[in-house]
Amino acid sequence: MSTEVLKPGRAAQPRAARTGARRPVPKWVLGLAGVIGFLLIWELVPAVGLVEPRFLPPASEVIMALIRDFGLTAFWVAVGHTLMAWGIGLAAAVVAAGILGLVIGMSPFLRRFTNSTIEFLRPVPSVALIPVAVLLFGTKIESSLMLIIYACFWQVLIQVLYGVADVDNVATQTAQSYGFSKLQRIRHVVFPTVLPYLMTGIRLAASVALILAITAELIIGSPGLGDEIAMAQSGGAVSGMYALVLATGLLGVAINIVMRQAEQRLLSWHPSVRGEVVL
Amino acid sequence: MKTLKSVGYVVALPLLLVLLWWASTRGEPNFFVPTPSALMEVFGPTWFEGRITADVLPSVGRLLAGLAIAISLGIVVGLLVGLNRTLRALTEPVFEFFRALPPPVLVPVLLLLVGINDGMKVAVIVVGCIWPVLLNTIEGVRSIDPVQNETTRSYGISGLNRIRYQVLPSAAPVIMAGIRQSLSIGLILMVISEMFGSSSGLGFTIVQFQRSFAIPEMWSGILVLGLIGLALSMIFQWCERRVLRWYHGLKEVENAA
Repeated sequence: MSTEVLKPGRAAQPRAARTGARRPVPKWVLGLAGVIGFLLIWELVPAVGLVEPRFLPPASEVIMALIRDFGLTAFWVAVGHTLMAWGIGLAAAVVAAGILGLVIGMSPFLRRFTNSTIEFLRPVPSVALIPVAVLLFGTKIESSLMLIIYACFWQVLIQVLYGVADVDNVATQTAQSYGFSKLQRIRHVVFPTVLPYLMTGIRLAASVALILAITAELIIGSPGLGDEIAMAQSGGAVSGMYALVLATGLLGVAINIVMRQAEQRLLSWHPSVRGEVVL
Repeated sequence: MKTLKSVGYVVALPLLLVLLWWASTRGEPNFFVPTPSALMEVFGPTWFEGRITADVLPSVGRLLAGLAIAISLGIVVGLLVGLNRTLRALTEPVFEFFRALPPPVLVPVLLLLVGINDGMKVAVIVVGCIWPVLLNTIEGVRSIDPVQNETTRSYGISGLNRIRYQVLPSAAPVIMAGIRQSLSIGLILMVISEMFGSSSGLGFTIVQFQRSFAIPEMWSGILVLGLIGLALSMIFQWCERRVLRWYHGLKEVENAA
């Protein structure tokens, strides 16, 4: 059987032969090229005059302003304030929603009893509470916390409820026939099933928490990066404002990466993670 | 009896909560929390005498316009990028950055670029809502079953037909999840863009009530926002059931096996 006789189609040939001597460009090089391309476009738009530099300073100027910010104490204090509201709010929401979710999820009666209320309250946008937060707490950190906890609570609760509903029936019955106590059942049967769902909920809630922390700072004026942005905007410090927006985005990226790493670590034993081909 | 029971399950807890609210505001008049009857009294006059056409409907109109643009753009660009390996690698870090950027910070930026007008408010919603749809579309297209791809190719289905009959349906569940995320972001941005330097709209009105200490009116505004959120979520769930009917059916069959 020689290939000359068979004349296989393209797909039958090994990949290397198809691409010839051209090695595929590695992914990170393309990604880097994309970032550089984006910055170049941003640099050129005000230079050519598509948008006035007054409203959109060139990328180089904004990045310089960001590097200057990195040297300022005030900038890091603002980052600290934002992260503190983010962390406390997220933690409080996760603990409350985790416990409530387990309690409600494990009882069919409570599941039906609370369903309508949960479905009704979940879509209420947390920004609707901004005026209430202002009246109750003014510009203190509690305003941010109120919004963050309200929004994240539903995110996590829904995920935990899904997770508890997903517990394998056979496993539950096995645990019962082995005479597991309620606590043992939670520990060895329910919890391992819920954990991936909980982690998904926490990951989603982490970005929601950042959005609301920034929102509270921007609108109410609680201390943090959002407040700095609002001040830069009203003070006409345009490149300073863009630098802060860039910093907020980088903070968001950092939170996403940390959360994904934590998920990988915690769930390394779980089939959903084990089975994934790491791209 | 059975229907009575299920109705009971639906209304029991909300009734209990309203009773609690009524009981807790009966004795001491609390400045921040109006009694249920006070809230009901102001609700009609506050919203049905002009404000609904002047503030609420324009707000909702802007929200729907922004969402429609964001969803269609997100799906189209997502298909283009998702079907091309090089383009995907090229755009990934930039898209990741924009996804991670909290959308509310776009309000002051667009205020500068567009100015304070309806265009700005729609633009904020579009720029904020497009990322979940776009990235989920890319993800959905990327995770299509390779066997299905080969089958489509060997049957010679390509171009628009392939997108219409293979790519879009396979990616639909993931795209729908993205749209669900963008709905809540859109509502948040609608309110914020009106609170931040604006003179009309639902968000602006609620803040006005708060500043003038018209507490029952303020709560009635919050209630209106909640109802809009609820309506959006119900409409979405109805659409999702229609779009993904085949998918849920498939899941049921798989889970039953």
